[in-house]
Amino acid sequence: MRIFPHRSRGPVRGRRAVAALAAASSLVALTACGAADMTRQSSPYAAARGAKTVTLSVQSWVGAQANTAVAAYLLEHELGYRVDTVQVDEVPAWDALSQGRVDAILEDWGHPEQEKRYVEGKKTITRGGDLGVTGHIGWFVPTYFAQEHPDVTDWKNLGKYADRLRTAESRGKGQLMDGSPSYVTNDKALVKNLGLDFEVVFAGSEAAQITQIRQFAKEHKPFLTYWYEPQWLFERVPMTEVKLPEHREGCDADPEKVNCAYPRTPLQKYLNTRFAENGGKAASFLKKFHWTVEDQNEVALMIAEDKLPPEQAARKWVERHEPVWKQWTR
Amino acid sequence: MSPTTTPVRDQGPPGPALTPDGSTGSGVNGRPDRRPPAAAPPRARLRALLVRHRAGRRVLPLAVVAVVLVPVAVLLPGAAAWPASLAVDLSGPLGRAGDWIIDNRDHHPLFLYFFGHVSNAVVVSVRAVYVVLLAAGWAGVTALAGLVALRLAGVRLALTCVAAFAACGLLGMWVPTMQTLALMVVAVAASVVLGALLGLAAGMSDRADRALRPVLDTMQVLPAFAYLLPMVLVFGIGVPAAVLATVVYAAPPMARLTALGLREADAGVLEAAASLGATGRQRLLTARIPLARRQLMLGVNQAVMMALSMAVIASVIGAGGLGDRVYQALASVDVGAALAAGIPIVLLAVVLDRTADAAGDRLGAAPLPPSQRRLLGRVFAGGYGWLLTVLAAVAVAAGGRMADSSLWPGSWTLPIAEPVNRAVAWMTDHLYTGVPVVGGTADWAARFTGWVLDPLRSGLQATPWWLLLALVGALGLLAGTWRTALTAVLALAAIGVLGVWVPSLDTLSQVLAAVAVTLVLGFAVAVGAARSARAQRLLRPVLDVCQTMPQFVYLIPVVALFGVGRAPAAAAAVVYALPVVVRITTEGLRAVDPAALESTRSLGATGTQQLRHVQLPLARPALLLAVNQAVVLVLAVVIIGGLVGGGALGYDVVLGLAQGDLATGLVAGAAIVCLGLVLDRVTQPAKEA
Repeated sequence: MRIFPHRSRGPVRGRRAVAALAAASSLVALTACGAADMTRQSSPYAAARGAKTVTLSVQSWVGAQANTAVAAYLLEHELGYRVDTVQVDEVPAWDALSQGRVDAILEDWGHPEQEKRYVEGKKTITRGGDLGVTGHIGWFVPTYFAQEHPDVTDWKNLGKYADRLRTAESRGKGQLMDGSPSYVTNDKALVKNLGLDFEVVFAGSEAAQITQIRQFAKEHKPFLTYWYEPQWLFERVPMTEVKLPEHREGCDADPEKVNCAYPRTPLQKYLNTRFAENGGKAASFLKKFHWTVEDQNEVALMIAEDKLPPEQAARKWVERHEPVWKQWTR
Repeated sequence: MSPTTTPVRDQGPPGPALTPDGSTGSGVNGRPDRRPPAAAPPRARLRALLVRHRAGRRVLPLAVVAVVLVPVAVLLPGAAAWPASLAVDLSGPLGRAGDWIIDNRDHHPLFLYFFGHVSNAVVVSVRAVYVVLLAAGWAGVTALAGLVALRLAGVRLALTCVAAFAACGLLGMWVPTMQTLALMVVAVAASVVLGALLGLAAGMSDRADRALRPVLDTMQVLPAFAYLLPMVLVFGIGVPAAVLATVVYAAPPMARLTALGLREADAGVLEAAASLGATGRQRLLTARIPLARRQLMLGVNQAVMMALSMAVIASVIGAGGLGDRVYQALASVDVGAALAAGIPIVLLAVVLDRTADAAGDRLGAAPLPPSQRRLLGRVFAGGYGWLLTVLAAVAVAAGGRMADSSLWPGSWTLPIAEPVNRAVAWMTDHLYTGVPVVGGTADWAARFTGWVLDPLRSGLQATPWWLLLALVGALGLLAGTWRTALTAVLALAAIGVLGVWVPSLDTLSQVLAAVAVTLVLGFAVAVGAARSARAQRLLRPVLDVCQTMPQFVYLIPVVALFGVGRAPAAAAAVVYALPVVVRITTEGLRAVDPAALESTRSLGATGTQQLRHVQLPLARPALLLAVNQAVVLVLAVVIIGGLVGGGALGYDVVLGLAQGDLATGLVAGAAIVCLGLVLDRVTQPAKEA
């Protein structure tokens, strides 16, 4: 029988369990005295007390990584902060910004609904000004294809090429490739309202979309894709935009009835309100952070093409462009 | 969900099925009568199967019904999809719930006095573990891991363990590894405690068991992506949400195994304890729990493996650590960097699993007398051995601190990203298209999509909804009882009611095609492996890697080979499900009675004949189990398919998370659960009588 040895150990275990329980409940009792404000919580991986930490959100595209890398590098090396980065999708990032989990978003492509809710309604988020880069979404074909067939760059002629743009996934129509589900897109409505014989195929992630584009480019095959500027991939796979009906104010108000091109969006920075008010030098630095498409692409290319770690890419840029960033740290 | 779905997310290198102690077998939810047929003696099973199938009592009426229904379906075109009038739109209420949380979470008492404290407690615990790990330094952590492995599992594993941690450092991933480890320690501890409590309730009371079973089933089959969003809404981006999502995912196997252990306690021993006058509580503490040790150990093991498999998924909501590195590498399309962060996850999984496995085995075995143990074993034996272990680790840690290298030295790293990227580029360049005779992978993908996926999808979507319900009911009846059939039909109907009929059938077609490929490949590999012990040994690490490597790592090569679409989604699913199929099938083939093989050989049967007429028929139950597991595992990675162009439900779940759209994500997640129910019920290995 194996019961007996255990029996002699039983009470000991029991006592140990009771002690553990008591410790746990006293801990709960201690913490439960007051309200716990989740918006004032810091990351468990943050540096020890005393270090000033800034948390930046990085979105999944490389341009956003470039912003964050340079901002982080300067904050750490010039202003003496410690920087944490968190990679999240755009909408959850707004949520995190409102809760103070991240202090700043450096590149936002326009989220009117969230802006209304957090900036105007709850006032937990403050505008941080222009990034200096203008973003534009559109439909693109590879330049080698546009040169062979110059008329493909007008949407009215896309129908002629539907056959050549067909793939296994496009249900017998031409394929228009869309990317990550987190991106702003009206493509389904556009295809329908412009009466095009195309099928929108969602690549599901930007990584998948880029990989596919490069694979097509290697084969010198034609393709039509949703894409956006600024983007480092243009340097590797030159692409030409297809003209869609011109963008007019309010033409994209109803998502079902969109029949015009995407607008040009001056990309915006947003700061957590509490951070904007009490963030000291870091907050004022992030508000002043302002650069050009060329600057951003330079860093993005080093990250995506030369496979440099973002920090090294940022250092190279910082070494080369001192006059630009001196303005921000003043 | 049925017992056989237990290992849905089983990432553990040991074959999840066929572990006799029921980590995955049907006994898991405490109904010994539903043990998988694999547990019965093969000959008796064979006879039972033959009798049932020869009778065909069930097949005949079904065939008659089919003959009547199919023409009706053909005559009534146009009404294929589920009627909109029978669907319920949940986007209104779910959207409102999301808005309410966002508007109230900063000041509502529920958040201030409950969720806030939960969240803070998680942060404090993870921080505590993380600080300790950093303070111990790489020397201390490696030494402690090695010594614990030595104490639990012997010299070989101790060396493996040290090598694994050194590899994490060499890859330049020391700090992320420690972050992931800290998160894992807290998440696993919470899962084990929660799982043990739930398991205790389910093990002691039948009513609790009945009430908990559907809850545990849902927790396991609901794709993690679907509940990441509610977690984020309540707790915000960051470690607390990640830890809690991991707990939801990892607690069920612990609960199931605890309940199983308590229920299977030897009645004789309990009787004896009762006759000695032990009270209920004493019996629990002195007899039932000690007797369930093996199952508890296995439960902890499973919780660890599942928690690790969440490491990358949780990074989507800001868990940090290794997962975040993989995720960021994915964003810059850098396979090499993703692999550098993925390897430590694989190593941690393999080492933890093997150690827990060995420790579990030792629990059962009687300890060797001191004279027969090796020197190291003798030194570290007994209660003071633990003390010695800790002291030795502390000494090493202190030594490391004095040498002033608590972080892994930067110069000792081995950059693998570059060569890996070159190798992947070479591979995709040469295999993509134009390979002589067999054609390139892109051509295969196009053919697979055009000849298999498309017809299957259009076939399913063109079939009237009521005919599909009837079909599923009939299959359920063939595989099991009317109860199985009813569950399957209701689950399919629920998909229609949720209003996602069309995308669900799209997903279903992809799952079926991927399962078919998995089974063909899996059976082929298994037949080879079962014939040679050496092949099996060589295969084991490959299978381990396939199972534990985070899928995010191989998304890019898969797209580079097969293009964007449903074909790469199927390929990713096959990679994930293949190991389990190979393991179960190999086990099944090897378990065939050697006497039966011997007698056929003496009758002059060739190898192929043996396989076809003896091994395969006798291993039938194992093969059926493999089919079931393939279905469930393929379904578990539907979300990953959504990331490479699979579309349908997988994409919807990802979209829900990315756009903060509670309704889309949760409804698609629920539909995946329902599909899981349907497929599981329809493919469940037939039960004896």
